[in-house]
Amino acid sequence: MLKKKHLALLVSAGSITLAGMTTAQADTLEDTRDNGAVRCGVSDGLPGFSAPDDDGNWQGIDVDVCRAVAAAVLGDADAVDYISLNAVERFTALQSGEVDVLSRNTTWTTTRDTTLGLNFTGVTFYDGQGFMVSRDLGITGADELDGASICIQSGTTTELNLADYFRANDMEFNPIVFDTSEQTVGGYQAGRCDVLTSDTSQLAALRIQLDNPEGSMILSDVISKEPLGPVVRQGDDLWFNIVKWSLFAMINAEEYGVTSENVDEMTSSEDPNVARLLGQDGNYGEGMGLDADWAYNIISQVGNYAESFDRNVGMGSPLEIERGVNALWTDGGFQYAPPIR
Amino acid sequence: MIHNKEVIPEQPAPKGTIGPIAWLRGNLFNGPINSLFTLLGLYVLYLLVVPTIQWAFIDADWVGDSREDCSRVGACWVFVNARFSQFIYGLYPSEEYWRANIVFAMFASIIAWLVIPRLPLKRWVIVFALLAFPVIAYVLLHGGYFDLPRVSTHRWGGLMLTLLLASVGMIGALPIGIVLALGRRSQMPIVRTFCVIFIEFWRGVPLITILFMASVMLPLFLPTELSVDRLIRALIGLTLFQSAYMAEVIRGGLQAIPKGQDEAAAALGMTYWKRMGLIIMPQALKMMIPGIVNTFISLFKDTTLVMIIGLFDLLGIVQAALSDSRWLGFSLEGYVFAAFVFWIFCFSMSRYSQYLERRLNTGHKQ
Repeated sequence: MLKKKHLALLVSAGSITLAGMTTAQADTLEDTRDNGAVRCGVSDGLPGFSAPDDDGNWQGIDVDVCRAVAAAVLGDADAVDYISLNAVERFTALQSGEVDVLSRNTTWTTTRDTTLGLNFTGVTFYDGQGFMVSRDLGITGADELDGASICIQSGTTTELNLADYFRANDMEFNPIVFDTSEQTVGGYQAGRCDVLTSDTSQLAALRIQLDNPEGSMILSDVISKEPLGPVVRQGDDLWFNIVKWSLFAMINAEEYGVTSENVDEMTSSEDPNVARLLGQDGNYGEGMGLDADWAYNIISQVGNYAESFDRNVGMGSPLEIERGVNALWTDGGFQYAPPIR
Repeated sequence: MIHNKEVIPEQPAPKGTIGPIAWLRGNLFNGPINSLFTLLGLYVLYLLVVPTIQWAFIDADWVGDSREDCSRVGACWVFVNARFSQFIYGLYPSEEYWRANIVFAMFASIIAWLVIPRLPLKRWVIVFALLAFPVIAYVLLHGGYFDLPRVSTHRWGGLMLTLLLASVGMIGALPIGIVLALGRRSQMPIVRTFCVIFIEFWRGVPLITILFMASVMLPLFLPTELSVDRLIRALIGLTLFQSAYMAEVIRGGLQAIPKGQDEAAAALGMTYWKRMGLIIMPQALKMMIPGIVNTFISLFKDTTLVMIIGLFDLLGIVQAALSDSRWLGFSLEGYVFAAFVFWIFCFSMSRYSQYLERRLNTGHKQ
């Protein structure tokens, strides 16, 4: 009877708007401890964000969020069950309880935050739509792109953002639409367009695939806001806090100069911020049902935000994405974590 | 009248009608137009084959362990090499590969045993393959029993998963298909209606839709405690989908058997199941070998669609490997490798079916 009602509700809603329907299970922390592993939804392969390496271990900035949560909750960053999800099924998997954290290159928007029964816990990467151009063209800014032919991948918001931007700036453009990202790169390489547009994180990955990556550059202008972050189910605030503060711990660690290398020396630091972060002064994990060394575990096993960024998408990785807006607030970026106290 | 009493001795065929030159002249250069087309064909072949060989073998890089070892002039087989075990086992933990290897070995032995006609006890091997082998394979691959560490299904992948999906699909689809085909020809209205609805429903929906329903919608209807493993969901969807196709292939075979045979068997006092099992089915199935194998081959290739529900079959794991930022841009090598593996399996199936047709030929073939 109950199920029938749900079915009717679902059909009448016409879309998967299931707020409150799957909030029956509430103690995700307890379930995770019983399970011995964090069930984390990742992509089915996205350069720098989540992809298996040669040894079959998942790597990426999204993956590090899963590892941080596992380190905080279970004390072992490797205690993660990775479940790869495509863009369509990612929210269902979270709603239905197949995964407990969704860390899959997901843009934080109003609709997703308010109508899907989900909560975004923070921003791991401030992405945005950018442009890649050949260096030969001598273009330095997006405002010089009037009349350009632009390669885009079809069916993405990229297409809409592009049209909006050019209309707003009263410029003309000639879209050349491709189906897959490989075809888009192929088209750009073959000279079918002057410009390739996509999210900047993707542009970096696309640029490597060119025959001559040095011949192209990514413009610093960004025409859309794509804050990417981890997502949890609504209705379990304790779990929401754990995931939220796992990321904050990494960002705070960078701010206070705590890295995976020096974390053991830092435990005797005089800095009260560091002492609170590493559980030397008070137990700030208590409110989340965690031990005092929750942040210590994250930093020693996963590293701080800068290490994760650098290793996966930054200068220490083939993608070589600049910190840009993803720098700490103290360095002129957006990354800012509330204090631990 | 002149009679020549002596038999003219056998003589070799006149010169100019045998030998490679004669063959060439007869088949490739008999007339100016044919000669022109032959030369044109050879030229096109030259244009295609030479660069391919150049790319795949001569300029290719074979040894190394990172992208720096590749010159990018030819193929970079280093990529396939570095990822080879992942392409075979998916993300299965490497210290547990031996478990998958045992299953592979058993699978290969069963197939070999059934395929080689001289080997005895086929019936028992089939019973073993259908009843014991799936249990053994599950216990080994999944673990959780006998101190074997558990390896949950979302770590299964690669060729292992492709073979698993394909063989479960084939083994499941054939009997269900036979039952559905018989049901559709049945005189009993409820059975017939059910079978017609079942077949037309599953045949009328794209496989992608079924997989999406199984992976996206189904979990929303089921309570969380009842959540079914996504691999199982995909397997059930795939099997039911293929069984509908199989049913129609077999029904085609059943319709090709003259009605008189069934009536004659009935006149001998045979029951329905005896008539079907001894008279109709053996002939229909034999006749339908090309159709059945065709369905199997398409099923084998359809398994790649599970990629869209986040299962890493052979093609899926190749794509996942392509998204590793240290291996960006080697898609051609990855896809060529995947295509080659698929081709080997599909071609073997096709050759085996042709062999089977010849072996079971009882002279009815026209």
